[in-house]
Parts: sequence; structure tokens; C-alpha cells
Amino acid sequence: MKQTTKKEQQTKTLKKVLRYIKKYKIFLILSLLFAIATVASTLYIPVLTGQVIDHILAPGQVEFAVIFRLLCKMGVIIGLTALAQWLMNVCNNKITYEVIQDIRREAFSKIEILPLKFIDGHSHGELVSRVIADVDQFADGLLMGFSQLFTGVITILGTLLFMLSINVKITLVVVLITPISLFVASFIAKRTFSMFMLQSTTRGEQTALINEMIENQKVVQAFSKEKDVLETFDEINGRLEEASLQATFFSSLTNPSTRFVNSLVYTGVGLAGAFSAMKGLLTVGQLSCFLSYANQYTKPFNEISGVVTELQNALACAQRIFHLIEEEPQVPEPENAEILSDVKGNVDLEHVYFSYTPDKKLIEDFNLTIQPGQRVAIVGPTGCGKTTIINLLMRFYDVDQGSIQVEQKDIRNVTRRSLRESYGMVLQETWLKAGTIRENLIMGKPEASEEEIIAAAKAAHAHSFIKRLPQGYDTVIGEEGGSLSTGQKQLLCIARVMLCLPPMLILDEATSSIDTRTEMKIQNAFAKMMQGRTSFIVAHRLSTIQEADIILVMKDGHILEQGSHEQLLAQHGFYYELYNSQFAI
Amino acid sequence: MKKLLVYLKDYKKESVLAPLFKMLEASFELIVPLVVTAIIDVGIANQDSGYILRMCLVMIALGLIGLLCSVTAQYFAAKAAVGFGTKVRHQLFSHIQTFSFSEIDQVGTATLITRMTSDINQVQSGVNMVLRLFLRSPFIVFGAMIMAFTIDVKAAMIFVVTIPLLSLVVFGIMAVSIPLYRKVQERLDKVLGITRENLTGARVIRAFHKEEEEKNRFEEGLEHLTAMQNHVGRISAFLNPVTYVIINGATIFLLYTGAFQVNAGNLTQGEVVALVNYMSQILVELIKLANLIITITKAVACGNRVESILDIPSSMPKDQPVSTASGKTEPAEKIMPKETPAVQFSHVGLTYRGGAAESLSDIDFSVRKGETIGIIGGTGSGKTSLVHLIPRFYDASRGQVLINGKNVTEYSLEELRQKVGIVMQRAVLFQGTIRENLCWGKADASEKELYEALELAQAKEVVEGKEGKLEAPVEQGGKNFSGGQRQRLTIARALVRKPEILILDDSASALDYATDAKLRKSIREMKENPTVFIVSQRTSSIQHADKIIVLEDGEIAGVGTHDELLENCAVYHEIYESQYKKQ
Repeated sequence: MKQTTKKEQQTKTLKKVLRYIKKYKIFLILSLLFAIATVASTLYIPVLTGQVIDHILAPGQVEFAVIFRLLCKMGVIIGLTALAQWLMNVCNNKITYEVIQDIRREAFSKIEILPLKFIDGHSHGELVSRVIADVDQFADGLLMGFSQLFTGVITILGTLLFMLSINVKITLVVVLITPISLFVASFIAKRTFSMFMLQSTTRGEQTALINEMIENQKVVQAFSKEKDVLETFDEINGRLEEASLQATFFSSLTNPSTRFVNSLVYTGVGLAGAFSAMKGLLTVGQLSCFLSYANQYTKPFNEISGVVTELQNALACAQRIFHLIEEEPQVPEPENAEILSDVKGNVDLEHVYFSYTPDKKLIEDFNLTIQPGQRVAIVGPTGCGKTTIINLLMRFYDVDQGSIQVEQKDIRNVTRRSLRESYGMVLQETWLKAGTIRENLIMGKPEASEEEIIAAAKAAHAHSFIKRLPQGYDTVIGEEGGSLSTGQKQLLCIARVMLCLPPMLILDEATSSIDTRTEMKIQNAFAKMMQGRTSFIVAHRLSTIQEADIILVMKDGHILEQGSHEQLLAQHGFYYELYNSQFAI
Repeated sequence: MKKLLVYLKDYKKESVLAPLFKMLEASFELIVPLVVTAIIDVGIANQDSGYILRMCLVMIALGLIGLLCSVTAQYFAAKAAVGFGTKVRHQLFSHIQTFSFSEIDQVGTATLITRMTSDINQVQSGVNMVLRLFLRSPFIVFGAMIMAFTIDVKAAMIFVVTIPLLSLVVFGIMAVSIPLYRKVQERLDKVLGITRENLTGARVIRAFHKEEEEKNRFEEGLEHLTAMQNHVGRISAFLNPVTYVIINGATIFLLYTGAFQVNAGNLTQGEVVALVNYMSQILVELIKLANLIITITKAVACGNRVESILDIPSSMPKDQPVSTASGKTEPAEKIMPKETPAVQFSHVGLTYRGGAAESLSDIDFSVRKGETIGIIGGTGSGKTSLVHLIPRFYDASRGQVLINGKNVTEYSLEELRQKVGIVMQRAVLFQGTIRENLCWGKADASEKELYEALELAQAKEVVEGKEGKLEAPVEQGGKNFSGGQRQRLTIARALVRKPEILILDDSASALDYATDAKLRKSIREMKENPTVFIVSQRTSSIQHADKIIVLEDGEIAGVGTHDELLENCAVYHEIYESQYKKQ
């Protein structure tokens, strides 16, 4: 049962692969034609060789004229074969590289529209490895499939035809003995499968350890755990050695065993051929031709069995990448999605229900009306789920029930672009892309002038440190901000928003890693920025909270209380407790 | 790549025997055409069916012996290659363990991880292939030539010309394509980088609706990659056709001269067949070799990358002698009692590798045992750099850092770090159980010690809230804990070892004020009375410290108590004002 479903899946994947290849049909046909040409002429060469040999019988019995003619013919065919071979290789490369380019492109486009739920829920390393490593492996398999499976099959068929045309009986000898090598190969493959499984699980275990430890090498060193970590590593490494040795050795038996079978075929041909030659049914030239066919006929069998495993592997990789490509994208925008324009800052949340997982209810029947220019502070103890609100406002996640409206328009009915354009967001996790400082700053406003950029950087108090960098605004920063400190990264993120100044703001603990002096200056800039703008602020600081028009008090993902500072204090609830604890010591 | 091969030295026997047996197998293969010649020239010519049968049995016997040799060779090759891979993996991992923070910053963790995993795997399979086949092919090629000599010297001269020509083509194409493959890899890395960036930065990219732009950027990288792949592909596609032409051209010559030789009575027909057979054996081997070359090219490229990591020397070798001047420093430790400061910075300057200016300059202060030191200052003022000098994550480029009167460079790293408990800005937990994570601080900690530390770190409730308590599983990266929970657990981890010096590097940022205050109180009351460094942005976290160091742009702007600093340190005053003005 399981076997068939696995097979079904494989054929399904194969069909999908073929769909990608279809686009390059012409190259495929060309490749096939060149393969046929290559094989045919490759096979014709031994026939010519045999004929030449038959004209070299003994001293005085050599027909030079015939031989010379034959040799010229051989020369021409060799040249053509080589050309066909090269063109075939080029076609195969072309198909493979274009197909994987298409697949990668599609995978990446999918990443851009996947719901954040998917991205948050999957290890990024694993997704990256699907787009990079899996596709590469797939390409290897595909290329091998084209170059070896094609020619292999054609060679087998071609040799059979040629052999049949020379002598039927000897051909039968070859056909009967050869399948043994297939049996041997599949026997070994079956036996070694579990060994390979063990090898790959052990390898996975080791990779996980490497990932974890090297990523956090600094912690390892701080606790001088290098020795212990190395011990754990060595333990796994030892097991991997054992597993690898078994898998590698036993699987490497395939080749010698099939080669032995081939030598049996060769001997069989030699025997049958020699007897036929004695009876005069076969010339010596034909025998030599037959022997070389016997070699050529059996070789593809070995290769094909190798290619089949490789292809299976490639299909497994393809399947993983297709899973990503076929992943449900975020809810598409309705066709008549409006473009949110002229946003004043009216935000309404009506009967909102939301949870990340169905079994853990978080937000239930939440209502909130925000007037233009109001400030909403979201407060609560560590890990209370404050970012959930931001996820919903920005439509990174959709509400389960109810609706969120901006300017009385349900945000599901407006374009994502115009919705997100209306917000300026500074997240707690500062993210910068690899590139220059300037490129990072102008993310929200690509057409910004130099003056505007510097003004924004100055407003965010980032100008002074940017100026001190080796290439100023054109300094290239590494992936995820690389060499910058957390605080500096945060300043850049703020400058990024300062530059485009959207009508609404979302500030998520925006200033937690900035020293308070700079922060004070930034707060002033923020205050100016927030003037007349609806703002959502996740903050720890009392001053920010006190000045907010509405405070949302959250705990464990639920919204416990809402109201102004005074109202909430008067309630003597959780906020009251929280507020007082700040001055406990 | 060469230096990596040193790790094969424990497998000398295997690495010699594997190719040797392979050659043995090959030599049996080389005898086969001779047997065929005998069948043609003797068996068929004399109509001797008994002779033909005997010769066929000889051929089967040759096949069987070949099989045995080959299996033996495969075993030794697998053993050597796997052993080699294991050794290199071990070596690289332990080498990375000796890296100081400077090297890790320089190389980057992502690079280290790929070197450790896929690169080594490639090298391992490359070694396996080389042992199995790379020697076999040249052997068959040269063996075929030698066999040709035994048949006819004149005809053999064709082999003598053909083989160098072939090597020239094979190695020429290899020489051209190897650097190109490296370029392919570089471009692939670029594509990988963009992909990763788009996953980690999904929120920001979407917030700034940069999806289309990112797609274009990816497309550009992708096209670069494909163009390079096609370019290399076209070049390596030459290999097979060109070798094919050379060999078959040689066959034509062989037949041509063969014809004259037979006519002159110097050769028999069977011998011509044998010569042609040898030539086609060379062709078959070369095709195998060509397929191998790509694997080997990749393996060499990967090997070089692994080696480049191994070549990076650690700036702080772990096994350095525990102070060459131990005689001099020993007494210093003995005088220590009370006068010697627990931690002393003496005119310390720090320049990061590749950094233009000093990140810290002329830091000079001393701390008595048991004191609590607050370190405050603006973003990028050097707070973290300063505390990282204490456990010697980086070495001071000027001046010296002394612990108990002894320069930190004179301690063994292990001894030094045993004294120091540090909680870093980024709270990291490891996969395993809570207990396992806590025991990083002290391997043999008892249940009681663990709970003490948890209580001190205000993390007891975190543990109690989890099913399985101390045995509760921790997912990779501590994903199943919130930021605040992780932070408290990492604090507990540092406390378990009861360090002489405790460093909290902005480690309470995810904690609310109340928890932060409780934490500081409990640390102050610890009976071990550790020297504590608290790095923070909040004046409230450090105002009760015995001494506060105010940093600005890598220099000390003021040292003193809260009240003193308020009085006479403008920078501190300003920081304080900024936080309390409104309250």
C-alpha cells in the first residue's frame, strides 16, 4: 500500500518535472536526435573496424584500396559523431540549467507571497536548503538522466539491432546473460537501502549539532564547553563513520559485481563466436566487432542502474521543492481591491477573534475604535503577545472572525501594498538587508534625494555614526546588518521610517537597545513624527504609556484591559499592579 | 587541498592497498585481449575447440580474480575515505572551537556551517572516487600502451603519441573549468544569500512592499548563475567529443599501419584485433575519467575551502602555556588578599580586527571583590566590548586587563572562563532539556544548586510552568520559550557555576522593571558575594551599584556612585534626566 502511494507520488512529481521541461521541447528533441546520431555512428565504427580487419588477412592478402576507403569513411563519421556529442551535451546543459532556473524563480516568487504563518513556522535554514541544495541535487540527477539514461537506452537498443543484423544466435547469448547484472544491482541496492537511511539520519543529527553549536560558538566559549561539545560531536562522528563505511562499501559492490557479469557475457560471446567462426558462420572481423558490442551493450546497464537511484534521489529533492512551490499562498487580493488613499488614521477593530493555533484561543471579541492622531500603547509583561496586534494590523496574519478597518474599509478589501504603505513600522527585531546604508534607508522611498536621506538620518540620530563609517552612506553592511551594533541597526530602522513618513506608525519596542540619551532625542523626533498620526506603540517606558490615548493591557496573548492611564489606574486591575511594580524597588 | 591529505596518513595502508588492488584488477582486464587473440590466432586458425574452451575458462577465472581484487579495493577505499572524512570533520570542528570571537566574526557562522557539512561530504566522496578510480584509469591507459609494445613496437608508437595528447586535453579542460566552477559556487552563494534574507526579513520586505524589487534582484542573481553554468557546461562538454576524436583517429592509424605490418608479415590478424581492443579500452576508461573529473573538481574546490578555514590561526590558542612568566606572577597571586583588585583595567585600548579606529581607548579602573559595577553609555559606546575583555573574548590591543592581579593572558582560557559567568545580550538556549542547559554552567550541579540558581534568576516559575520541570524539553534555539523566559534561564545558567565575576550584558532588556529589580536584589544577596558587572541602558538598573562607569565613544566619561555622577558627570546627568524627567 505504502509502496504504491510512494510510487504514485513519484510519477506525480515526474509529471510536474516534465511540465517544466516542456518549455524546452525543442532542445529536448534536438538532444534526442543528437543522441540517436551519436549512438548510431558510435555503433557503426566497430562494424567498419571489423570490415577493415577482414581485409587484413595475412601477408600478401591485404586489400589496401578497400582499407583506405573504409578508413576515410571512418574518419568522417568520427568527426560527425564528435560534433553530435558536443551539441547533445550543450542541449542537455541548456535544458537542465534553464529548468532549475525556472524552478528557483518560481520558488522564490512563492516565498514572497507565502503567508507569514508558513515562514514563521518553518526553519529558514531548511527552506533555504530546499531552494539551493535540493534544486542543485535535482539538477545533477536531471543532467545525468539526460546524458546517460538517453544514450544508455539508445545504445542498448542500437547494439541489439546491430548485433541481430550480424548474427542472431550470439545476440541471444548476450541478451540472456545480461539481465543477471540488473538482478545483482537491484539486490545490492535493496540490501543497502537501510544502511543509507542510517547514514543520512546520523548525518542529520550531526548537522543539527553543528548548526546549533557553531551558531552559538560564543556561548560555548563563554562556558568553556569546547571540550564537551567536541566530545558529543565525536560521538556522533564515530557513529557516522561506521554507518558511512557500511553504506559506502556495500553500495560500491554493485560495480565490481556487474562488471563480473559483463565479463561472463564477454566470455559467452567469445565462446559462441569462436565456434561459429570455426564453422565459417562468422568472420574474425565480425567477431571482433561483436566483442566490442558485448562491451558496449552491457555498460549502459550498469550506468542505468546508477542513474535510476540518482533519479529517484533527484525526484525526492524535486518533491521537496514542489511542496514549497505548491504551498498555499496568502489569501489573494480581491480583484476589485481598493487602493487605500488619503489615510487619516481611522482604525476600527470589530469583534476580532484570532489565534495562532485553533486550540489556543488568544483574542476574542475585541473591539477598538481609534480616531486619527490617537496613540495606542500596548503594554504587558514579557512575552504577553504584544506583537500579535501588529501582525493583525499589518495583515501579516488574517483575523479569524470580525474585521479590521482602516478608513471604514475592511483591510481585506484593499490592496496589501496600499495598506502597508500607510504604516511606518519599526520592529523589535531589527532587520537590514545586505547592501549599502543608503539602500537600506530608501527602502520606503526609493526616489528620496540626498538631502532627504541625510535629514531623516539626522532626525533618527543616525547621521553621526553613519558619517564615521568608512564609506559613509555607501558603506556596505553584511547580511542582517553584519558589523553594526543592535542599537545602530535600530537607529537605521528608525531613519528608514523617518524618510517615508506614512500616515500611521507602528513602533515595536523600537528603542529598547538605544541608550536613553539618544532615545530622548529620538523620542522628540518621534513626538514630532507622531503628531497627527495614528500610532501604535509597544513600549516599556512609562512616559510613553502615560501619554497614550488608549492603553491596551495584554497578558498571555489576551487583551485584559483597555482605557486611558487614569481610567486603568482607577480600575485597580492588572495595569494598576503593573504600574506599581515599576517602583517596587 | 594538499594539506588536507595529511589526514589520510592514518589510513596509509588502505590508501595504498585500494589503488593497488584496483590496478591488479585492471591488469587482469588487460590480459583479456591477449586471450582473445590466442582464441583467434590459435583456436580458430587450428580449429581447436578444446583450446577455445580452455581459453574461455581462463577468461572466467580472470573475471573472478578481478572481482575479488575489486571488492577488496572497494573496501579499503571506503575505509580510507570515510576515515579521512571523519578525521577532517573532527579536526575542523575542534579547530573552530579554538577560534576566538575575532575569527568567528571574520569568517561568519553560515560559512563555517557549510564548510563543516556539505563541503566535507564532497571531499570525502572525492577521496573515495580517487582511490577507486583515478589511479585505475591512468594505469589502464599506460598498461594498454605497454601491452601494445609487447605486440608490436611500431604500432605501439601510435599509443605513445596518443596518450600525451589525451592527457593534454583532459588536464587542459580541467585547468580551465576548475576556476569557473568556483565562480559558479560564488554566484550560487549570492542566490542563497538573497533567499535567506527574504525569509528572515519577510516582515520588513512586505511592510515596505519590496516583493517585486526583491524578485528582480533574485532574478538577476539567478541569471548570472545560469549564464556561468552554461558557460562552464559548454567547455566541459568538449571533453568527451575531443577524446573520442583522438582515440578513434588513433584507431584509424592503427589499422592503417596494421595493414602494412600484416602485409609485411610482422603481425597477425589476431594481433591487430588485440591492438584495436586496447585502444577501445583506453576510450572506455577515459569516458569514466571524464565523468569523474567533475566530481573531483568539485571535491578539490570544497577541499580548498575547508583548508582555508583550517589555515586561519586562532589568535588565542587554547593550549598556550599557562603564562610563560608563571614564576613572576605566582607571588602576585599570593600577596593578593585584600589590596589586590579583583578586576583591573590598566590603560586598555581595543581595536577590532579590520576596525579603523579604537573601539575602546585608555580604559583605566579597578574593582574590589564583591563590588557591583554598573556600566552605562550610549549605543556603540563600547559597553559590551569592555566586558568582553574580562573573559578574554577579545584581547586588548593596548594596556592590560588583570584579574586578581594577574594578566588575563596568563591564565589558561579554561581557568579564566571558569571564574567568569557571563550572560550575553542574545539569550541562547540549546536543544535538550532545561537541566542540560543549566548544567552548562556546572556539569555536576545538584538539583538543589540548580533550583537555587533558578530562584536567584527569577526563573523558578518558568521551570515550574513547564511539564516535566527540569526535564522539560528545550527546542532548538529555545524556540518554545519566550524572550523573557530565555533571558532568565540564561541568567540562571551563568549563576549555577557560582562565578567569581558575574557579567550581565544588558541581559534584562526583555524583563519588565519589577522582575529586573527582583533579580538585581537577589544577586546582591548572594552569599558567594561575586563581583558583578551590569551593563544596561536603564539608570534604574545600575543606580544602586557601588561604582558606575559611564562610557562615551569608547572612553570613560565618568566613574563614581550614582549621587557623585549626578553631581559631576554631565553625560550621566543627561542620561538620568532623559529617563526620569517625565516621571
